[in-house]
Amino acid sequence: MSLNTDLPNERLVWMYNQMVRIREFEERVKNTFAENPGVIRGHTHLADGAEASIVGTLTARGENDPVMPSYRCHGYPIVLGTPTRKIMAEIYGRRDGLCKGFGGSMHLADPAHHFPGTSGIIAQGIAQATGLALAAQVKQTGQVAFSFFGDGASKQGAFYESLNIAAVWKLPIVYILENNEYQAYTHISLEDANFVAGDPLSKKAEGFSIPGMTVDGTDPLAMYHATRKATDRARAGQGPTLIESKFYRLSAHGNAITVPPVPTQFPEHEAIEVYSNRTEYEKARANDPVPRFRSRLVSEGVLAESDAARIEEAAQKEIEDAVQFALASPFPAPEEAVNYVYA
Amino acid sequence: MPREMMYAEAMQAAIVEEMQRDSNVIFYGQNLGMTERDPMVRKFGKSRVRITPISETAEIGMAVGAALAGLRPVVELYMSEFMLVAMNQVLNEAPRLRYMSGGQVTVPLVLKAGYGFAAGWAGQHSNCIYHTMMGIPGLKVAIPSTAADAKGLMTAAIRDNNPVVYLHHYLLTLDKGEVPDGDYVVPFGVADVKRTGGDVTIVATGWMVKLSLAAAERLAQDGISAEVIDPRTLAPLDVETILKSVKKTGRLVVVDQAPRHASAAAIIAGEVAERGFEYLKAPVRMVTALDTSIPYSEPLEKYVLPSEEKIVNAVRSILVRHAVAV
Repeated sequence: MSLNTDLPNERLVWMYNQMVRIREFEERVKNTFAENPGVIRGHTHLADGAEASIVGTLTARGENDPVMPSYRCHGYPIVLGTPTRKIMAEIYGRRDGLCKGFGGSMHLADPAHHFPGTSGIIAQGIAQATGLALAAQVKQTGQVAFSFFGDGASKQGAFYESLNIAAVWKLPIVYILENNEYQAYTHISLEDANFVAGDPLSKKAEGFSIPGMTVDGTDPLAMYHATRKATDRARAGQGPTLIESKFYRLSAHGNAITVPPVPTQFPEHEAIEVYSNRTEYEKARANDPVPRFRSRLVSEGVLAESDAARIEEAAQKEIEDAVQFALASPFPAPEEAVNYVYA
Repeated sequence: MPREMMYAEAMQAAIVEEMQRDSNVIFYGQNLGMTERDPMVRKFGKSRVRITPISETAEIGMAVGAALAGLRPVVELYMSEFMLVAMNQVLNEAPRLRYMSGGQVTVPLVLKAGYGFAAGWAGQHSNCIYHTMMGIPGLKVAIPSTAADAKGLMTAAIRDNNPVVYLHHYLLTLDKGEVPDGDYVVPFGVADVKRTGGDVTIVATGWMVKLSLAAAERLAQDGISAEVIDPRTLAPLDVETILKSVKKTGRLVVVDQAPRHASAAAIIAGEVAERGFEYLKAPVRMVTALDTSIPYSEPLEKYVLPSEEKIVNAVRSILVRHAVAV
């Protein structure tokens, strides 16, 4: 199988590296619930399974293009260059966290790396990302905004209102609908009209007369090429594109919601926990995008086995360091809570 | 030289002047700048002055995003109730993002809307919903009662680095007043004493200021001297100026066009009860709308809303008690 891409080998290896870093990070966040119960509060959502989609998409990003994901947001800043130490410290609620302990897992923000924040309310960030594109158009910056959201969000009014305006104004934006088959705990067969009719979710683009693509989100190169097409179009002033990225979320929607002092734990995926469908889950596991991309790069001679192992070892070291840094970081002083209410 | 201007003109003048001063200010909303002949479009072009579909969630959400990216959007929403379909963006996005980011981002935007249109608009277009906004940390709420304040508060709102809900009163639209020339800013959180007096303090916002001043005029004919204070912004709220006045007069009447329960009036009364109890010679009176929706038919609407008469009676009720006590 040829890789069939214009990307240089160095870039392909970079992509694999980012995928491994995201996976390692999310594994360690998940393990924290067992290793250090109580360290992570509230609700945490993981990106394992989404690595190829996130990395493939962001490989097509211009260096100043802003990115606005949903609250399932750990993966993007890892690729954008935010130090993993600061992300982990934020998830642990520490003073050295990215947002000084004010945001937590769902509300990472790193404007210095073109990541202005996220909304924890489904689909609301779609409108805000559209505003980033509006600013790019008004100021003629040449930027293209990246709006990431789940399949559940595509049933919200914010999705329809935003895509309509973006199409009318030909805003420079790419909408990436991450179809991971579950809207929180609900299977897509129970909540999406296109799915029920046997159509791809990218069909929603037809409602706005904009291009819609359905792409294998477990293939980073397919995601890169699709996104590249969409960003080229947006940068040329031709307006938005909707990309449906199809992959499978490999962890549950989030950690179980428990009442303190019971420490929160990560449950099994909804396929098993809610629908008793272990076969579906095991099939997705067997199709894990990270080892798949690894063996592709190795078999095409892009990546030596020993280099792949070095990347994995470096990621383990990096994230272990992030965990230790976060655990050692002090909590914010309580009275800091009154800061940042107003600018 | 101050110039006489209508309340509506004064707001618009502030927007035009700020758009001239700062190219990051943009202005959009439904039915705005529809043709090339539109004066705002002619002045600033179709990139900075835009017409939107009827999509409040996207309009306000986009303003949040554009503000994150360095613009200062002014969104024309026409009626404050139209914000209700997008309330998550107003209450749970715009004012939260800076705090959640640990102070890394700012969200400077203005949501401009009319409110309280007591002219037969019935249950869904006549309301006062600022009590839902004034208690949200991170959000500011401005309510001008005069042409000068309309201009100065709009200028301050556009220059503010926080999200601001700017509520103008429809019944004041054509009222004229002197507006200072040039760069005129009314700072937020500074109440204005619209009339000085020694017997009673009347606190009111928006259209209620006009009614309170008329009531004060009538009371003056009976030798009662009322001080009328307009906080001008409900968030931040200038409690100090109100307390200073109550210390002088010993009596407080709070006038609010909103229904009584959970009103701005109740908040102001509560602050004075806690911090100025020793100044009070009589109970605080709240003159508010009744706890009903706004009815259509004129006699019903009048019955529900505060009036000059109701304000006069409220003042008399606490002065009579004092006279008896003396």
